[in-house]
Amino acid sequence: MSFISYLINGISLGSVYAIIALGYTMVYGIAKMLNFAHGDVIMIGAYVVMASVSGAGLPPVAAVLVSIVFCTVLGIVIESVAYRPLLNAASSLAVLITAIGVSYLLQNVALLIFGANTYSFASVVPVSSIVLAGGSLTITGEAIVTIISCVVIMVGLTLFIHKSKAGQAMLAVSEDKGAAQLMGINVNGTIALTFAIGSALAAVAGVLLCSAYPSLTPYTGSMPGIKAFVAAVFGGIGSIPGALIGGVLLGVIEIFGKAYISSQMADAIVFAVLIVILLVKPAGILGKNIQEKV
Amino acid sequence: MAMLEIKDIEVYYGMIQAIKGISFEVNEGEVIALIGANGAGKTTTLHTITGLLSPKKGSVLFEGTDITKIPAHKIVSLGMAHVPEGRRVFADLTVYENLKMGAYTRKDKEETEGTLSMVYERFPRLKERKNQLAGTLSGGEQQMLAMGRALMSKPKIIVMDEPSMGLSPILVNQIFEIIEEVNKSGTTVLLVEQNAKKALSIADRAYVLETGKIVLEGDAKELMNDDSIKKAYLGE
Repeated sequence: MSFISYLINGISLGSVYAIIALGYTMVYGIAKMLNFAHGDVIMIGAYVVMASVSGAGLPPVAAVLVSIVFCTVLGIVIESVAYRPLLNAASSLAVLITAIGVSYLLQNVALLIFGANTYSFASVVPVSSIVLAGGSLTITGEAIVTIISCVVIMVGLTLFIHKSKAGQAMLAVSEDKGAAQLMGINVNGTIALTFAIGSALAAVAGVLLCSAYPSLTPYTGSMPGIKAFVAAVFGGIGSIPGALIGGVLLGVIEIFGKAYISSQMADAIVFAVLIVILLVKPAGILGKNIQEKV
Repeated sequence: MAMLEIKDIEVYYGMIQAIKGISFEVNEGEVIALIGANGAGKTTTLHTITGLLSPKKGSVLFEGTDITKIPAHKIVSLGMAHVPEGRRVFADLTVYENLKMGAYTRKDKEETEGTLSMVYERFPRLKERKNQLAGTLSGGEQQMLAMGRALMSKPKIIVMDEPSMGLSPILVNQIFEIIEEVNKSGTTVLLVEQNAKKALSIADRAYVLETGKIVLEGDAKELMNDDSIKKAYLGE
């Protein structure tokens, strides 16, 4: 029974990684940049929920909505202030370094407002645990909600991209910004929309993550952020199903590593698996092999 | 009044001046060719017209309105479509999805369907392959798709950059026949070509560009018999 329990925990953690990885993969696919501040948006999202519940006394569901709106706006602001002026810069490293700067900025702003103390995050998940197999298998409400949220987000996002006009614009921009403009697509607007969606999802991920692992510090977002980035690369950066597969695999490997090998070594195992996969499939599991044009 | 008026534009890439004051005009119903060697500034001129680049000086007027400062993505809905150099079809989308993308700014669903069947009629090949990914098409088919995609916006003027590039002679003839047909059905054409002979054969008037300046202009048939043109561009 413990195997199934670990598997469910792994899928649940992996679902959070997948939701975060979506933000990385969409932004990379469309703006061709790595937004390393993405993980810290998760942390901000969690703080906003905490402050809305314990500070402003909002009910949990309303607090989550506030957090989603807040992070959406934050994402748009970050994109327009920090990244957009650099999108045509000579070196793509300029954007990358700026993203690292934004990451530290967000961490330090959180440090300034909330201090370095670890807050205990009260779960906002209203679902109670399910006990199966005569008490030997417990599935937490957080795991159920996380996995369901991940599935709903994946299906919703896929439908949005393939059925809506804005989604079609995203596909066009991800392939060829210049040609997309010639079709009448507002490229800057499309990139801003992508950041908005990615950041809204980061808020959701923050809530789910902190509900399952309830300690919140200004650095809470950074490790999950890096792991989700790994998940995105793992699955094939730029690919939405790749983010799902990469995230879930990563979560399961991490939990199994912790359970069966060594809890201290779990992260090392995760990254070792990444190295092996990238040696075999450099573009990731679902990534396209980019052919160099001669 | 000319449909499209280019007034004394100067375009820079950083410190380098690519266009050194060009003026010309396109009247409704015409086929105008811009010819010249590699690096003469033909593509730069087109990009300035459709808003992908902005000139340091000068202006672009479309149907009397100054469009110099209008961003590229707002030009299409004014009635100007641009078929870019190298076709630039969306390789990972199907032929059908590419064509739909061409009608991105249109809101009239039924009329758009009408345009789609018109495009399919003009390019039966695209209809046959409508569910195929654009990246798997041959060069000639991709050029047809790029043209079909531009026609989906129902443009008053279509601006084409090197439609013959990299195509076999038979396909080049076919593409130029289609350009003529498109023009006959009422769309004005501004054509940039290195294949001067072909371009002059279908154009009404032409402008010859050399290192960012217009060095010669006139009736296309007359230019074809011009000795300096023959020597420099027609290989005679």
